[in-house]
Amino acid sequence: MSADLVIETKGLRKTFISKERGGKKNGKKEVEAVKSIDLTVRKGEIFGFLGPNGAGKSTTQKMLSTLLCPTSGEAKVLGYDLSKKQGQIRQNVGCVSQAGGADLGSTGTENLVLQAQLYGADSATAKKDAAEFAERFQMTSFIARPAQTYSGGQKRRLDIALGMIHHPQLLLLDEPTTGLDPQSRAYLWGEIKKLKAGGITIFLTTQYMDEADKLCDTIAIIDNGKIIVTGTPEELKSSVGGDTIVFTFPSEEIAHKAETLLNERVKVEKIQVYSNVVHLTVKNGERLMPDLLRSLDSKSLKAQGVTLSRPSLDDVFLKYTGRSLREDIIK
Amino acid sequence: MSMKLLHDTKLMFIRNLQHTFRTPVFIFVSMFQPLMYLLLFMPLLNGLGSVPGIPAGKAVDEFIPGLLVLEALFGTAFVGFSLIDDIRSGVIERFLVTPVSRSAILLGRVLRDAGILLLQCILIALVAIPFGLNVNATGFLLSLLLYALVGITMASISYGFALTFKIEDALAPTLNTITLPVSLLSGIILPLALAPVWLKDLSKINPFSYAVDATRDLFAGNFTSLGVIEGFVVIVAMAVLVFLWSLQLLKKMAA
Repeated sequence: MSADLVIETKGLRKTFISKERGGKKNGKKEVEAVKSIDLTVRKGEIFGFLGPNGAGKSTTQKMLSTLLCPTSGEAKVLGYDLSKKQGQIRQNVGCVSQAGGADLGSTGTENLVLQAQLYGADSATAKKDAAEFAERFQMTSFIARPAQTYSGGQKRRLDIALGMIHHPQLLLLDEPTTGLDPQSRAYLWGEIKKLKAGGITIFLTTQYMDEADKLCDTIAIIDNGKIIVTGTPEELKSSVGGDTIVFTFPSEEIAHKAETLLNERVKVEKIQVYSNVVHLTVKNGERLMPDLLRSLDSKSLKAQGVTLSRPSLDDVFLKYTGRSLREDIIK
Repeated sequence: MSMKLLHDTKLMFIRNLQHTFRTPVFIFVSMFQPLMYLLLFMPLLNGLGSVPGIPAGKAVDEFIPGLLVLEALFGTAFVGFSLIDDIRSGVIERFLVTPVSRSAILLGRVLRDAGILLLQCILIALVAIPFGLNVNATGFLLSLLLYALVGITMASISYGFALTFKIEDALAPTLNTITLPVSLLSGIILPLALAPVWLKDLSKINPFSYAVDATRDLFAGNFTSLGVIEGFVVIVAMAVLVFLWSLQLLKKMAA
């Protein structure tokens, strides 16, 4: 394995036995939560694991954190074999689960001190580290209060500090901003970028397109326990195609004339007319748009409105799964 | 390795003790039942005069050791609820992804439970002194060890079922179903000397009845009786067995 690979998995798979109720037969059924996952995460990157609820994100993360034993397949985390060197992996990986896992009855400081001690720090070092992390994550104003009094954003900061207290080389973050208000999300995104700047590798699972887009260097889209596509956000988006420009005209007749003109003027990837609206897909839409508007104007085909949309990761998800990720979240 | 187990167990023990002392009133809540027996039931025994298993005028010396076993059973039977709390809030999972010894996670809990139990037993014994309790001091100290083992056994059972069900709704009836027959079949409230043969035989498969016999001998100062040896052997074996069972379940929680 190459030295700059932090996570490497081959055919990682996990099945659960689930009890079925209802119908004529009450029986047990094997459910494949993760079906053969191949991953490579490079040192220093934020690797986004993007997919809807129930796609197998958390299960994969739990395997990587040694919490679940893979049913089959191989994995190396920080160069350590997942099936043999669990102790070393636990010592060098930080893990923040969806639930967080802070002890709500205890104060932030008590939580941090115990966590540092569980990783082997002596009492004095643990206290020093706890104070340092309280400072670093701007928690000093509330760190002495019981965690049950924290806001969602404050609790999340404590959760992440708990995952970082032993200075891990790899941080596993499971849906860090799910359920947070917009300000707290923005703040955490900033914190996560700072962590990356500090040199740590981050494996981040998320169901939010914008989060993956903003934070991640590499994204793997997972659906139904399988990775569907992997790449940088830019690669994934350009794989969907060009930008879409939507023109709205006063009438359907004008829209059809505009369609003809646009077809002559640019190398069109796709053009469709819906009533008085023209959807045009082209490369470099942003640069072409002023020119196109001028051409339309010169033929008296005045558009009433124009919007430009770049492909989003949602379009990527739609392209590869045939479903919108938002639909899944709403369901 | 064993140094690590010791270190981790100490951390977990302190953490759990802190939790208990955050709401200290619960330490006294579980003493309510035995104290009610002491105040409202024991006088009835004295009124019975001499019956099989209760020498005349000695009711208190027979009754108190059994009452302390009852406290050991009921005082620790419901500790599983706190574990469900910790599972639900993700605390246990957070512990499991650290290198902490898995045994220490449970050991830190059962030792806390045993410690709190001993405090309760000593308080109950002190309350019983004005009622005429005569107890051999060494016998009492050895009995405390026995109660601690009974407490560890019951606590481990409670944690085992908590790890099995992971929901309170299933845990409460299960624990009630266990504690009631187990305490009735221990001859705690009334001596089994009064029981028909089939009931006596049934009590022989109840490990806690051996603890009751042993502690009664210890209170009377019979340190080398067969009952004492049997009591310790049975309870140590039970404690080890159920602890390993719940430890297996904790390890399987992450599997």
